[in-house]
Amino acid sequence: MYLKKLILCLAALFLAPLSFSAWDDINMTPGANAIAQEIFGLHMTIFWICVAIGTLVLGFMVFLIIKYRKKEGVAPADFDDNPKLELTWTILFAVILVGMAIPATTTMIKAYDDEEGDINILITGHQWKWQYEYMEDEVSFFSNLLTSLDARNNIAPKTETYLLEVDEPLVIPVNKRVRFLITANDVIHSWWVPDFAVKQDAIPGFINTAWTYIDEPGVYRGQCTELCGVYHGYMPIVVKAVSDSEYKDFIQEKRDLKIQQALLTEKLWETDELVSIGEEVYLKNCVACHQVNGAGIPPVFPALAGSEIVMNDKRRQVEILMEGVQGAAMQSYAEQLSEVEIAAVITYTRQAWGNDAMGDGEIVAPKEILDYKNNKL
Amino acid sequence: MSAVIEGHHDDHHHGPAKGITRWLFTTNHKDIGSLYLWFSFIMLFIGGAMAMVIRAELFEPGSQIVSPEFYNQMVTNHGLIMVFGVIMPAFVGFANWLVPMQIGAPDMALPRLNNLSFWILPAAFGVLISTFFMEGGAPNFGWTFYAPLSTEYAPPTVTYFIFAVHIMGASSIMGSINVITTILNMRAPGMTLMKMPLFVWTWLITAYLLIAVMPVLAGAVTMMLMDIHFGTSFFKAGGGGDPVLFQHVFWFFGHPEVYIMILPAFGIVSHIIETFSRKPIFGYDSMVYAIASIALLSFVVWAHHMFTVGMPIAGELFFMYSTMLIAIPTGVKVFNWLSTMFKGSLTFETPMLFAIAFVALFTIGGLSGIMLAIAPADFQYHDTYFVVAHFHYVLVPGALFSIIAGAYYWLPKWTGYMYDEFLGKTHFWLSFISVNLTFFPMHFVGLAGMPRRIPDYAMQFADYNMIVSVGAFLFGLSQLLFLYVVLKAIFYGKKATGQVWEGAQGLEWTLDSPPAYHTFETPPNLEAGEAKG
Repeated sequence: MYLKKLILCLAALFLAPLSFSAWDDINMTPGANAIAQEIFGLHMTIFWICVAIGTLVLGFMVFLIIKYRKKEGVAPADFDDNPKLELTWTILFAVILVGMAIPATTTMIKAYDDEEGDINILITGHQWKWQYEYMEDEVSFFSNLLTSLDARNNIAPKTETYLLEVDEPLVIPVNKRVRFLITANDVIHSWWVPDFAVKQDAIPGFINTAWTYIDEPGVYRGQCTELCGVYHGYMPIVVKAVSDSEYKDFIQEKRDLKIQQALLTEKLWETDELVSIGEEVYLKNCVACHQVNGAGIPPVFPALAGSEIVMNDKRRQVEILMEGVQGAAMQSYAEQLSEVEIAAVITYTRQAWGNDAMGDGEIVAPKEILDYKNNKL
Repeated sequence: MSAVIEGHHDDHHHGPAKGITRWLFTTNHKDIGSLYLWFSFIMLFIGGAMAMVIRAELFEPGSQIVSPEFYNQMVTNHGLIMVFGVIMPAFVGFANWLVPMQIGAPDMALPRLNNLSFWILPAAFGVLISTFFMEGGAPNFGWTFYAPLSTEYAPPTVTYFIFAVHIMGASSIMGSINVITTILNMRAPGMTLMKMPLFVWTWLITAYLLIAVMPVLAGAVTMMLMDIHFGTSFFKAGGGGDPVLFQHVFWFFGHPEVYIMILPAFGIVSHIIETFSRKPIFGYDSMVYAIASIALLSFVVWAHHMFTVGMPIAGELFFMYSTMLIAIPTGVKVFNWLSTMFKGSLTFETPMLFAIAFVALFTIGGLSGIMLAIAPADFQYHDTYFVVAHFHYVLVPGALFSIIAGAYYWLPKWTGYMYDEFLGKTHFWLSFISVNLTFFPMHFVGLAGMPRRIPDYAMQFADYNMIVSVGAFLFGLSQLLFLYVVLKAIFYGKKATGQVWEGAQGLEWTLDSPPAYHTFETPPNLEAGEAKG
C-alpha cells in the first residue's frame, strides 16, 4: 500500500512539471537556421533510438525481476554462456551504431564549413565580456551584461531575460552568410548561441571559425560555456538579426559615434561632468571586481578606496587602465572604453569614497588619455 | 573463529598490533583495505558537503549563500575530492581486501609499499584542503583545470594543488604496481588467468590503465608548474605555447581515468548479480574481453571531450566513431548481466538492489553517452547540464552504487556482523529515488541550454533546479543513514556465518567471517576444481 502511494507521489512529482512546462524548457531548441534544425533532427533521431533501447533493456529487466524471483521448488538454471547469441547481439549493436554514424557524418560535414562569409565578425572573449569587431566596416564594440547587481542579489525583481541581456547586442543582417572568427584575449571562453547551433571555444592564440545564415529577424540569446573565472556565469551573448537596411543604419550609427567621441575628447571638461560620467562607467565595468564601495575583494581584486595609486599616483593609474596588469584579472581598457570614459572613470575613483580628501584629488582630462595613446604610438 | 584463538596461542606476533601503531605501521592487506575504505567514506561526506553548498546556491535564481568565487572553489574541489578521494580510494580498498582473498594469497605482494601508498593519500588531501585557509582561496578552475585559467590566471594556491595531484598520482601508481604484482605472481595453484574472479580481472586491467595514464597527469601538472614558476610557455599563447595542448594531455589521462572509475564497479556488480541469481555469471569470457576492449579503446577517444576546440573534421569524425565503438563492449556487459538473471532464482537483499539499480541507471548514463558521442549534436550538448547529468549517472548510480553494493555484500565478511536488512533497504530506496530526482532533471535543463559551472542561471531553468536541489539534499541525508547502518552492524550486528549469502561462490566465502588476520598462509589447491567467481 505504502509503496504504491510512494510510487504515485513520485510519478506525480516527475510528471507534473512536464504538463505545465513547454517542450522548449526540457528539450533542445529546434534552432533558427537550416543547420541548427538539421542538428536538432539528428538529436531527436538518436534520442528516440536511445529511448527505444533503454525501454527494451529496462523493460526486460523488470520482467526478469518479476518472473524469476526465488520460488520454492524451482531450481535456477546453470547455463553460463551462449556464443551464438552473444555474437548476434554484438553484431546487432554494431549495426545500430553504423545506422547512427551515417546521418551524424553527413550533418557534421555540413556544419563544418569555413568558407568566407558576406560579413566577417571577429569575436574576442575577455574576462567577462565579448568584443565584436566587424572586419569589413572597422567597427568594434564590447558587449556587457546588463542585469543589475541588485537583481542578482535579489533586491530588485528579476526580468524574463535575467542574466541573458546585454548593453550592446551583436547585430547581424538576415539572408547573409555571416562568418564568426572566434578567439580570446585571456583565458578560454566559448561562444554559444543555441539557436544557431554554434558553440566554438574562444582560445587565446587560436582563431576558430563558425558561421550562420538567418532567415527571420529576431533576438537570439546564449551564454559563455567554458569556465573562464569568477564571472563565467555573467557573460551572456545576445544576437539581433535585422533587415539589411537596418543593419546598414546600425553600422553608420556606430561610425558616427566614433567621430563624435573624437570631438568630445578635445572639449574642456568640468570635474562634476567627469565624475557623473565616471560613476556610470564604473558601475558598468568595474563593480564586478572592485565593488560598489571601492573595497574590492582582496587579495584577488584590490581595493580602490584608500589605494595609494588611486589617491596619489595619477600616472600609474592611467597606465594600469591603458595596459592592464600582467598576471592579474585587470585587463587593458584602452580599446573597450573611449578616452572620455577612461578619463571620467579615473576621475571618479580619485574623487569617490573619500579618496579626494586623503589624496591629491587631481582630475584626468580626456585629452591626457589621448596624449598617452599618441605618445605610445 | 576457533582457528583464530588457537592461532593466538601458537604464535603471538601474528595478531594485529595494539593502538594507533596498528594502523600507522600496518602492512596487513585487510587493515590497509579498511583504512582506504574509511578514508573514502570520510571524503564522501566532505565532497558531499561541497555538493550541498553547490545545490543550495542553485536552489533559486539569484545569489543565495556563497559568492561566485567560493562557488567555483566548491565546484572544483567537489570534483577533485569525489574522483581522487572517494571513488578511486574506495576501489583500492576493495582491491586490498578482496584480491588476496579471492586469489588465495596470504597478502599483497608488496606490503610496505601498500602502507606507503595509503598513508601519502591523507597527506595529499590535507595539502589540497588546506588551500581553503590560504590567501587567494582554494583552486577555482574546475576539476579539469584547463590552462591558462589554471596557470596565468590561477590563485597562488595552484602550486599546492599541483603538489597534491603529484602525491595522489604516486599513491595510485604504487597501488597499481602492488595489485599487478600480486595478481600475476600470487594466485593459488590451479587458478589460471581465465579462471580468476571477475573483480580481480577488472582490477588487473584498471591497474594497467593507472600505470599508463597517471604519469601523463603528472606531466601535465609539471608543465603547469614550469609555466607558473619557471617562465616556460607550454600552455601560454603569449609565449608561443598552446592552450589546447593542455586539453589533449589532460584528456589523454582523463578518459582512461573515467574507466578506472568504472571497471572495478563492473567486477563488483558481476559478483553480486551471480550470487543473488544463484547462477554462474553469463559469458565470463566475453566479460573479460569486453573489459579489455573498453580499456584499449579508452586510449583513442580522448578528444570527444574537445569537439568544440576547433579540431579538423577528420579529427572530429575519428573521435566520434571511436567513441561510438565503446558502446559495443559496454552493451555486451549489460546484456550479460541480464542473461545472468535470466532463469535464475532471484532474491533482493540490499546488495542486489544496488547492483540492479547500477545496471539500470548505468544503462541510462551509457545511452546519454552515445548521444554525446555524436559530434555535431555535441555542439549543443557540450559543457551544459546534459553532460553533468551524463557523468553523474555513470559515477553516482554507477560507480558509487557499486561501491555501496559491494560494501553491503562484503561487510558481513569483513566485520563478521550482519547489517540491518530493513535499514539497508530503506537506504536503498531513499538513495534510488533521490539520485534520480537529482540527476534526471539535469538532462532537461541541459538540453534547454543551461551551461555547467555557473553560480546563477536564467529564469527558465528555475523549476527544475529547485527539484534537483531537493533531490540532492535528500540524497545527501540518505548517505548519513548508510553510515549509521555500517556502524550499527559493526557494534550491534548479528554474527555472520562464513558463507554469508546462500549463492555466493569464490574463495573469500570459504573463510570465516571475519577472516583471521592472516589468511591463506598455505594456498588452497584449485588444480581440480573451478575457481571462477
